[in-house]
Amino acid sequence: MSVEFDRKIHNTLADANLQLAIYAATGRLKDKRSETVTPDALPEYQELRTQANAIKKHTIENLDYYLEEFERNVEAHGGKVVYAKDGTEVADFVRALAKDRGARLIVKSKSMTTEEVDLNERLEHQGLEAVETDLGEYIVQLAHERPYHIVAPALHMTRYEVADLFTKRLNVPRETVIEKQTAIARAVLRQKFLAADIGISGANFLVAGSGAVVLIENEGNIRLTTSAPKIHIAIAGIEKMIPRAQDLATFLKLLGRSGTGQLLTVYTSFLSGPRRAGETDGPDEFYVVLLDNGRTRLLPDRGKRQSLYCIRCGACLNACPVYRKIGGHSFPWVYSGPIGAIITPQFMGVSHEPALPFASSLCGACAEVCPVKIDIPKVLLDLRSDVKKAEMREKRNRLEKLAFRAFAWLMTHPRLYEMAGRLAASAAPPDSSGWIRSVPAPMNIGPLRAWLSQRDLPPAPARSFREMWRRR
Amino acid sequence: MSRDNILHRIRTALGRSAGQGVADPPPARIRIPDVDMEQRISTMFAAIEALAGKTHRAAAPADACGYVAAAIEGKSAVASNAPFLAECGISSLGGVRSGITDREELRGLCAAADVGITSADYALADTGSLVMIAGPHEARLVSLLPPAHIAVVPRDRILTGLDELLTVLPNPADVTSSMVLITGPSRTADIEQILVRGVHGPGQITVVVVG
Repeated sequence: MSVEFDRKIHNTLADANLQLAIYAATGRLKDKRSETVTPDALPEYQELRTQANAIKKHTIENLDYYLEEFERNVEAHGGKVVYAKDGTEVADFVRALAKDRGARLIVKSKSMTTEEVDLNERLEHQGLEAVETDLGEYIVQLAHERPYHIVAPALHMTRYEVADLFTKRLNVPRETVIEKQTAIARAVLRQKFLAADIGISGANFLVAGSGAVVLIENEGNIRLTTSAPKIHIAIAGIEKMIPRAQDLATFLKLLGRSGTGQLLTVYTSFLSGPRRAGETDGPDEFYVVLLDNGRTRLLPDRGKRQSLYCIRCGACLNACPVYRKIGGHSFPWVYSGPIGAIITPQFMGVSHEPALPFASSLCGACAEVCPVKIDIPKVLLDLRSDVKKAEMREKRNRLEKLAFRAFAWLMTHPRLYEMAGRLAASAAPPDSSGWIRSVPAPMNIGPLRAWLSQRDLPPAPARSFREMWRRR
Repeated sequence: MSRDNILHRIRTALGRSAGQGVADPPPARIRIPDVDMEQRISTMFAAIEALAGKTHRAAAPADACGYVAAAIEGKSAVASNAPFLAECGISSLGGVRSGITDREELRGLCAAADVGITSADYALADTGSLVMIAGPHEARLVSLLPPAHIAVVPRDRILTGLDELLTVLPNPADVTSSMVLITGPSRTADIEQILVRGVHGPGQITVVVVG
């Protein structure tokens, strides 16, 4: 376990207020979810999960086909699709477009995908202002922190901390009433929406058959981000694809309930291209950036590929006894909880934080609540095995390095080298055939034994080269 | 170029080749319950009220107009260009701006108005949602920028739910660049999980069903 992982966990466990905040918030979300998926409330719940899993499996197994179909349909409606292999390519695209259009101010709606590539920081380095507009995400941005939870980014902060933050960063009188804090943020952000040149959103789903981006939210900031500025850029992982609009009948029912216990979130936007003739408002330009950033690395493994089915509802975080103790910021990357524990090692490599797949009791609560039936404990076990294999490789490499260092030392000490040569020659005499077939026990170690098992050595000459040279 | 690299990596990983087709995806799961109109209206009203939205049943267009007139008294309002609002006489009410087709003008009016008035292309009974399809009749910002939203919907547009909507409109991209479902007033619970309405979108929503 890395020192940092260990330290963050212990800091979280030692903070009584934070413990209470995490426990209360995840508990409430967990209860709200449970109420909306009971057999009385939603008799077809299990059927929907099975359907969602089947659709995702089919789509991921044929991902290239659906990406191309999506691309064709976006273009047919006057939009443009851009592929990006990593965060640098995303930022380069946005910067070039902003430069060309003379854009300075960008409003952003919450997107884990853009968190993943540190888009805000990258854009700020390039002199662009990128403002988060989801209330929780805005708070987290002002505090220069990462979101604490996939659906509740500022879960770890109290109203008093928000009050201090607003006073310090927004120059407003200290305000501790949550309604009034919300009104402050509304007023500040409303001006940003109306002045922004570009709106950047994520995507909950990409509909291949429609060339559409589907976004869900409760606040209205996504609608503003995608409607008010003249340019809309949606940034989405390639795995967000579903084949048809009709599949939303399955996914939307699961997503709202699993995330926050809502039948549908307040707003569901189905966006396909820039505004059309006759439409009074909406963006003039529409781009979808399809991000890889490690996702294609997951595809070859049939077992672990299911990690890409995730629809980012956050239900597994709320159900997880580990997340509920160690919280979101203990996790080594932007994705936390059980889903973070399976995708972080796969996106970033298992050595990023080898202890991560082990930070689970394998209780299975995550798999039980997953709306797309990802077998998270099974993937965790596979990853544990990967970590162990990587460690063994590492250990073998270490031995090898040690052996070479010893050899180098011997080679730079001529007296010792000569003595070792003489010792070796007398310790390993040839047998009756005149060849050295084996060496005595202390020298007969793994690699040498293996090497000799296929080869014979000629006997050492009576006098070494060095002796002959001296007597010349 | 990243496009070709990414597609190539995907195909290699999946054992597929360029241009290869796919088997049909599992059939979409669509279930439309048989619910009569009165039941739909009462289910929808219950769903909207549970979200702190207001509801009103108007017997005829003129009644809807009277209800809206009372609701916006003393306030500034922008109405969408929906023919049904004109039919009800709402577009020509005093204090209501309507018929705007210029983007900048509409944006300025919506940003300043107290109330946005729209119709809806459909409404969903089981979730209490309004279905807003952007087009010449409905702009996006009317239901979004003002702090209050009133939607006036003829009863025959009430569908049972999402499944029926996606049957009537299997591919919304065929008819619009933007279809939005609105289910209750804008809300957040991002600070200490305390519910606050009207964070970015309208904090008040009123659905008037006519007929």
